[in-house]
Amino acid sequence: MNDDLDDLKSALHAATPAPDAAKKAAHLALARKNFADHQGSRDEARLMSDRPSRGFLTGVTKMLNALTSRGGLTATTALVAVAFVAFVPMNGTSILPPWSDAKQEQRVRSTVEMDDQVARAPEPELLAEQALRKSAPLTLAAPAPSSAVVGGIAGMRDMQVQEEPSTESYANADQNPLHVTVESPVSTFSIDVDTASYAIVRNSLMNGQLPPSDAVRVEEMVNYFPYAYPEPTGDLPFQPTVSVSQTPWNPDTQLVHIAVQGEMPELDVRPPLNLVFLIDTSGSMNQPNKLPLLKQSFRLMLSQLRPEDQVAIVTYAGSAGQVLEPTAASDRATILAALDQLGAGGSTAGQAGLQQAYAVAAKMAEDGDVSRVILATDGDFNVGLSDPEALTDYIAEQRESGTYLSVLGFGRGNLDDTTMQALAQNGNGQASYIDTLSEAQKVLVDQLTGALFPIADDVKIQVEFNPATVAEYRLIGYETRALERTDFNNDAVDAGDIGAGIAATALYEITPVGSPAQLSDPLRYQTTEADGTSDELGFLRLRYKAPGADESQLIETAITRDLPEQADTGFAMAIAGFGQLLRGDDYLGDWNYDDAIALADASKGDDPYGYRAEAIRLMRLAQSLSN
Amino acid sequence: MRVNSSETDLALAAAGGDTAAFSTLLERCYDSMFGLSFRLTGSRADAEDLTQDVCAALPAKLGQFNGNARFTTWLYRVVVNAAHDRRRRIATQTRAATGWGDWEIARRAENAETAAQVDWLTQAMGALSDDLRDTMALVLDDVTHRDAATILGVSEGTISWRVSEAKKHLRALRQDEDQL
Repeated sequence: MNDDLDDLKSALHAATPAPDAAKKAAHLALARKNFADHQGSRDEARLMSDRPSRGFLTGVTKMLNALTSRGGLTATTALVAVAFVAFVPMNGTSILPPWSDAKQEQRVRSTVEMDDQVARAPEPELLAEQALRKSAPLTLAAPAPSSAVVGGIAGMRDMQVQEEPSTESYANADQNPLHVTVESPVSTFSIDVDTASYAIVRNSLMNGQLPPSDAVRVEEMVNYFPYAYPEPTGDLPFQPTVSVSQTPWNPDTQLVHIAVQGEMPELDVRPPLNLVFLIDTSGSMNQPNKLPLLKQSFRLMLSQLRPEDQVAIVTYAGSAGQVLEPTAASDRATILAALDQLGAGGSTAGQAGLQQAYAVAAKMAEDGDVSRVILATDGDFNVGLSDPEALTDYIAEQRESGTYLSVLGFGRGNLDDTTMQALAQNGNGQASYIDTLSEAQKVLVDQLTGALFPIADDVKIQVEFNPATVAEYRLIGYETRALERTDFNNDAVDAGDIGAGIAATALYEITPVGSPAQLSDPLRYQTTEADGTSDELGFLRLRYKAPGADESQLIETAITRDLPEQADTGFAMAIAGFGQLLRGDDYLGDWNYDDAIALADASKGDDPYGYRAEAIRLMRLAQSLSN
Repeated sequence: MRVNSSETDLALAAAGGDTAAFSTLLERCYDSMFGLSFRLTGSRADAEDLTQDVCAALPAKLGQFNGNARFTTWLYRVVVNAAHDRRRRIATQTRAATGWGDWEIARRAENAETAAQVDWLTQAMGALSDDLRDTMALVLDDVTHRDAATILGVSEGTISWRVSEAKKHLRALRQDEDQL
């Protein structure tokens, strides 16, 4: 019988690869950094909240865990067995492949080393007891030897390597403050057509949890929905419309609703597309809602492409590699085969992947083409340039080459929303979060044209409020998109882009002069009286560049009280209110989920795809969860 | 002096904040840590992720090492615990079945040449339950039954029982092969 063990042993030793030198260096560097960080903050390792309580439950938990993996192993053993048939040699006597001498020698040497260490082992009984005592945290009594056998592995869970089960990080800032018009009359921000935040919120709610408040970006929730805004007419690529209406949550304030609707160009004459799929195949992508969903999503998208479009696939895991040469979209079989072969494994060399993807995109580019890198990831960039700042700089450089970047986020638990936002904002693209196949359909099929064809770059909005009519104002959402006042006229400063047919909405809550809702008192020692006589509320300036252009165009329009009521503002308001409720913002007073649901229901409108009905269901879920 | 210091001395110095000792220690132990990670997980990618986890967490953990056990034994225990944590994290989010299946497919596609070797191994190791596989990963690494018992937090008798169980599995596997 020992033959079997020996076979297994030599096979194990032979199969164990030498560690990758680069990986090793990176890991050692990480350990040293953590070691340095750790000096001076010597807290106990934090325990995870799902640590099972001791007692008979521990045993039950362990039993259930064991059942799960045993069932899994039974299933996969069948799978492996099928594969095994293919590898059994015809003579069938030797079940082991021949091992190389070098490996044998290495094994012998390591065996000797191990023996050496064994010889130095202290008295084992003592050792076992001490180790047991030491591994139990101070808050727990050291387990008796017998219970250690029963509790087994479960008892050792107290030693956690990972501090938290979730390693998500979100990009967000404190909610925009209320501005006093006299002190700072000008508000400047970049347009944001991302929708990732809404999908993340939906995913959290569907999992029965309120989303972390940092995951909620109100403008992205509002911009998730298509609205019936007026289509652009004339030469402009998009049409800004402004209206002023009553704030639903405060009878004494008003909402300025700024809508930007992009034009839908003739689809038949669109330029050919060069798409580089940059796919994260790291180990963390190995979950049903990540790589498999990604493959299905891209398959959906492929049906929307034209024969003259080109597709290439670059993957990155431990190292980056091109798995599909640029291929005409008409060659579906080749592309699908390449997609199907993707498997997950390794850490995440995101930077190397990005570099290669941009290089491929540059090679594919021809005059008149639109090149775009589509990055699909769960956001884990743990090798190479991993802090958002450095990545941002790299992407900003690449942006100059005219290649756009879209970011598709997948899965939860590891989602690095901060990095995704940093990438998309700086790569002239948008970030979407794909949690279901229907979301993939919305982003990659229904709105593919908008997602892939920019009609205006670097869209910036600046509103100057009139202190004679507006006492205070605040911008709802766009916290991560704030710009300096002087950035507006500086064409070198990057901003958001608008895709074909995409609508973007911005909402200001304003407090008219003399309204009881005014929160700031007039100053005693300084004249705060505005001397203007205009009864305009403010003035809207909007800058954009034609795609690829360097110089911006200016659109200006006055915001007056008598602007015509705009269709479809009610639903945007309801969603803005919903987002603020989720964030826990404090300007809403008594307005609650009931009011949001009522408002959304009343202004649901046509809703051909059912997006709005879904939003109302989410509001109801959030209402129940928050009670 | 560093060359001759035992790992345990180095670890104690590192726990006291000695950066150089920590560096030396880690460089010395990295390869065997990676080897064990591989034997526990069965895939290079997983092993790399696991080693990274351990490297990241080791500085904070080191404070719990007080020199009563041999450092290698203590370190193996940290690695095994980290492997359990990983396994549990993955198992809660996806069914274990899809995981092993996909790893297998990906690895075979990646490296057809060594596929036969690795497959036999996966076959042999995959047929074992998690507990048995962990035990074998240690015992086949020439860790004594006593040390393995310490590392896994079970009695020595349990280890011996698990080894004989594993042998039974191998025997069954061998019989299946003979029938092919």
